[in-house]
Amino acid sequence: MAEIHLKSLAHSYSKNPTSASQYAIREMDHIWEDGGAYALLGPSGCGKSTLLNIISGLLSPSEGKVLFDGVEVNNIPPEDRNIAQVFQFPVIYDSMTVFDNLAFPLRNMKVPEVRVNTRVNEIAEVLELEELLSKRAKNLTADEKQKVSMGRGLVRSDVSAILFDEPLTVIDPHLKWKLRRKLKQIHEQFNITMVYVTHDQLEASTFADKIAVMYGGQIVQFGTPRELFERPNHAFVGYFIGSPGMNLVEVERADGGVMFNSIKVPLDNSINAILNESASTNIKIGIRPEFVHVWEEPTDGAFECRLKVVEDLGTYKILSIDLDGVEFKARIEEDAPVPTDKVYISFPEQWLKVYLDEYLVDPTHDALEGA
Amino acid sequence: MNKVQNNKAWFLVLPVFALVAFSAIIPIMTVVNYSVQDIFDQNNAYFVGAEWYREMLSSPRLLDSLLRQFGFSFAVLAIQIPLGIGVALMMPAKGRMAAVWLIIVAIPLLIPWNVVGTIWQVFSREDIGLFGWSINAIGIDYNYASSPIAAWITVVLMDVWHWTSLIALLCYSGLRAIPEAFYQAARIDRASRWAVFRYVQLPRLRSVLIIGVLLRFMDSFMIYTEPFVLTGGGPGNSTTFLSQELTKMAIGQFDLGPAAAFSLIYYLIVLLVCYLFFTIITHQDKVK
Repeated sequence: MAEIHLKSLAHSYSKNPTSASQYAIREMDHIWEDGGAYALLGPSGCGKSTLLNIISGLLSPSEGKVLFDGVEVNNIPPEDRNIAQVFQFPVIYDSMTVFDNLAFPLRNMKVPEVRVNTRVNEIAEVLELEELLSKRAKNLTADEKQKVSMGRGLVRSDVSAILFDEPLTVIDPHLKWKLRRKLKQIHEQFNITMVYVTHDQLEASTFADKIAVMYGGQIVQFGTPRELFERPNHAFVGYFIGSPGMNLVEVERADGGVMFNSIKVPLDNSINAILNESASTNIKIGIRPEFVHVWEEPTDGAFECRLKVVEDLGTYKILSIDLDGVEFKARIEEDAPVPTDKVYISFPEQWLKVYLDEYLVDPTHDALEGA
Repeated sequence: MNKVQNNKAWFLVLPVFALVAFSAIIPIMTVVNYSVQDIFDQNNAYFVGAEWYREMLSSPRLLDSLLRQFGFSFAVLAIQIPLGIGVALMMPAKGRMAAVWLIIVAIPLLIPWNVVGTIWQVFSREDIGLFGWSINAIGIDYNYASSPIAAWITVVLMDVWHWTSLIALLCYSGLRAIPEAFYQAARIDRASRWAVFRYVQLPRLRSVLIIGVLLRFMDSFMIYTEPFVLTGGGPGNSTTFLSQELTKMAIGQFDLGPAAAFSLIYYLIVLLVCYLFFTIITHQDKVK
């Protein structure tokens, strides 16, 4: 077991980085607590895999420290870090049987063969690989191979964390769900710290207790799936989480609120106060399609708009609505009446988020907290 | 299913038949024709059945050179395969040095056979050759023109020099095709350098090595030019391999019948060995 602490960590692939854009990982502090199941979620190229390789030691960070249970491991090679890593494409030793594959890390550590035997059988049982033990690993299906490569991490009794680098990429969709549940079950059984890298929000939220959303080399929010959904700390989180993502509109300051085109959106005074303190013109408002209130009749505080498209997804409908040249998406119940042409939408104050320089303006917290 | 019978379709495969006939069947059948006849001149040819074959198979000349031939091919493979793998492992994976290495390693492959023979003929001479002179200078008696062992060493060395590169390049390409994750996983699994080679690299070199072994076996089994340039097959008959024996018989003595039988036997041996090797290797895959 281990708590993984990344302390003022930064990494650049160039030797003498001169600008922030040359950093794959921008300076960050982050703690993965002992025994937690975490997901590292982000688009391709945001630095997720780099971060994972730094934790496992395959990559040495250019700045900052990696601490396992408070002990610096920067100079400890991956083989001595007591971590296991499962890669995107299943890594198996194809000339060996499944048994030999699972036994490989133990035999490398010169564990007595009797002990190897019991341990491999134990793990094979957990992973439901018993039937396959004598089979050549080469002939397995992709999901079995991925289980074997996970098993190689689990057999070692000294493993304190398992890192997953998009492990389900090559797995058939109907097996993904099964394997994910297996992962979850293993986590509960072994209580090992697990960090799971993915770009799929569904995968992240089903696997992890807490998700770290990464964007541009930084962790922009770390929270439960619900927190990410209801209170995105960063405009990117709003956009990336949810299907469809948050409606985000660039706005300007206006008296008592903000406006875009001819539409004026009133805001709470405490928010206005924060906005007025800043000189930045990068202001956005965001609201999730689920929270956009759609009315058929004119209502107080609702804006009149034109309905463009209705997408029926079977269990709900997505409306594309044109509000003075800006498109909003709204999600409504499958059975809700669909208005025609003209609709009225309002933004419940509780769900309307304001982003200043991409970060959430929250009068109750420090506005730039979170990363 | 209703099958449409249209025999005109056979005409479509006619060009292939013609091509194969002219490139393979007719030449081989000519040889077969010679091998069952005793031909004195244009008008006097007698059918002799399997006699030439019997004669060849019991001829000590053929059997001796066959033995030498297997010995040579085996020696060459036993050195070139491990050495080629070793060279490939040493070559840098990328960067400018990788290109330099590739060029240097590829150079021997570009040199024609008889030039290779000439190079080594001179290089190994005890009086003016750098190699031969040096070996003698350190007190080892080395003269390929008089000692069969020295001649053998020279011929094997020459082939190793000429063809190890092929194995090295094949293995190099095989090694580059191994994804980085395999090495990373092996590190995390605490595999030793040897275990990485044995369980990560070697299994993935398998297919290129099969090709390499087959190519090198066939090629070395048919070696002619280099020993011919070096010593003409001597001293004595010590480096006379099958093709040289065959050439002597067919061109030197003009014994077309026995030579034809000989070449068919020769051909069948190459075919048989390659077939057996390939079948055994691919069969192993299916066992488990």
